[in-house]
Amino acid sequence: MRNSYHIYMRELRSYFVSPIAYVVIALFLAISGIFFYLLLQSFIQMSFRMMMQAQQFQMQVPAMNINQMVIRSLFLNMSIITLFMLPMITMKLFSEEKRSGTIELLFTSPITNWEIVIGKFFAALTVYIAMILGTVSYVSVLFIYGNPELMPVISGYLGLILMGAMTVAIGGLISALTENQIIAAVGCFGTMMILWFVGFASGFVGPELGAIIKYLSVMEHFTDFAKGVIDSSHMVFYLSFAFFSLFLTYQAVESAKWRG
Amino acid sequence: MIDVKNLSKNYGSFEAVKDVSFFIDKGEVVGFLGPNAAGKTTTMRILTCYMPATQGSVSVAGFDVFDNPMSVKKRVGYLPEHPPLYPEMTVESYLSFVGKIKGLSGKILKMKLDKVLERTSTAEVRSNLIANLSKGFKQRVGLAQALIHDPEVLVLDEPTVGLDPKQIIEVRELIKELGEDHTIILSTHILPEVSATCGRVIIINKGKIVAEDTPENLTSGLQGQERIEIEVDGPSKKVLAALSKIKGVLKVSEDGDGSIKRYKIELEKEPDVRKAVAASVVNNGWGLLEMKSSGLSLEEIFLQLTTDEGVEV
Repeated sequence: MRNSYHIYMRELRSYFVSPIAYVVIALFLAISGIFFYLLLQSFIQMSFRMMMQAQQFQMQVPAMNINQMVIRSLFLNMSIITLFMLPMITMKLFSEEKRSGTIELLFTSPITNWEIVIGKFFAALTVYIAMILGTVSYVSVLFIYGNPELMPVISGYLGLILMGAMTVAIGGLISALTENQIIAAVGCFGTMMILWFVGFASGFVGPELGAIIKYLSVMEHFTDFAKGVIDSSHMVFYLSFAFFSLFLTYQAVESAKWRG
Repeated sequence: MIDVKNLSKNYGSFEAVKDVSFFIDKGEVVGFLGPNAAGKTTTMRILTCYMPATQGSVSVAGFDVFDNPMSVKKRVGYLPEHPPLYPEMTVESYLSFVGKIKGLSGKILKMKLDKVLERTSTAEVRSNLIANLSKGFKQRVGLAQALIHDPEVLVLDEPTVGLDPKQIIEVRELIKELGEDHTIILSTHILPEVSATCGRVIIINKGKIVAEDTPENLTSGLQGQERIEIEVDGPSKKVLAALSKIKGVLKVSEDGDGSIKRYKIELEKEPDVRKAVAASVVNNGWGLLEMKSSGLSLEEIFLQLTTDEGVEV
């Protein structure tokens, strides 16, 4: 596994010496920052209105749930934004090495294909985690000026990380199938889009097929995390999808050797 | 050191390498010669465990490439046709990464890194980004990459392609130097390179070995005939007629214009008729300005062997 670490470090460094990581992280933080601001504004306006009304009618001020109204929506929004950002992170993983020929160096060095796949996967995952951890600053503002529940925040981040792990694995797989970075990015984006919205179709097909389709829907599994529920069945879904994709990536890398 | 037996490789229905066998001893520098798409790169990729063979067995440094790829990879340094460089890295961090994945670490890595930088004269650019290097330096960093773990066997795929003449000479010098303590197999389609660096040549065409010998033997003994070139000041028709009459002369061709012309003469090897040629020119009162023997050049042999009309050896 030491070799995985070398691959990981090289990959990670290459993200941060090129503009890719900075551009993706900055854009993500800007977009999710805008969403956070809008959500918070509407929450504040609504609570003011509630307070006025309560004063007017001599009632008690109704309790407003910031977890439900701001944090949950923020996580749902962020999960959609990552969908657009992650393919940019994963697209170069293998396709770049194939195109530039550096894959020849890796294949003729005394390291296994698993070590290559694992090292690359964790490097992209690290960039992703660095990206979403930037938003901790937004959420901590709420903790400074209010007292939201902590659990839903933790479960939300856990959900984002698990979903990201799955997306990174799928993106890596598609990148291992092509030399073209654009195809790798579009392929990953398209696959995730389908897995995201496939749940809508579950209502129109039979009950058995519907259940399967619903199970495949990424959104379906994420909603619970955003609500603050950590359900092991959702974790199993994301992790098994990630492992399966990594396994296929390994097979793709291995078969590229045989095909030459 | 390298033992290839009945190696074949197919890409789909296309046979890139057909039943190739050769043996390379420890310390040899062998040139792998052939036109483009002859199967040189494919053979080299199989030797370096980049891809498996369709048929046949290959062993490098005593290990089979299929059964024991890790042991082979540790002992082989490979410079692909396009040096496998990461443009966003500095030379030093790149070489240190390569060293690490080849199994070096700590002090030994640092020591070998310094040694290889010095050996390939890349020390002056050690902290430059690879993206900003000239083609010559990139090629040398590629060579450094192949050398860093001090492999027993070096496989170099067209090491001098795209370099300027001065750099080509430098790289050839380096290869010669490396040949003193490494087994080297290098591919090329540039012929002088072979005579400059290799002790033995394997000529491959359309996936098959067509000849295998030292460059000297290939250029001289191959045809069983000799060639001389003379420059004569005299009427060309008469000269041609006179030369053709000499016993032992097989063929005469002329070249050039004006009254001074060059004649290429193919002779039987025995008996030596050069004296008779000279005498005939002088006796006729023409001026013999130059006479030299010219063996078939490696280029001509190569063309003969790799084109369809070529002589099978």
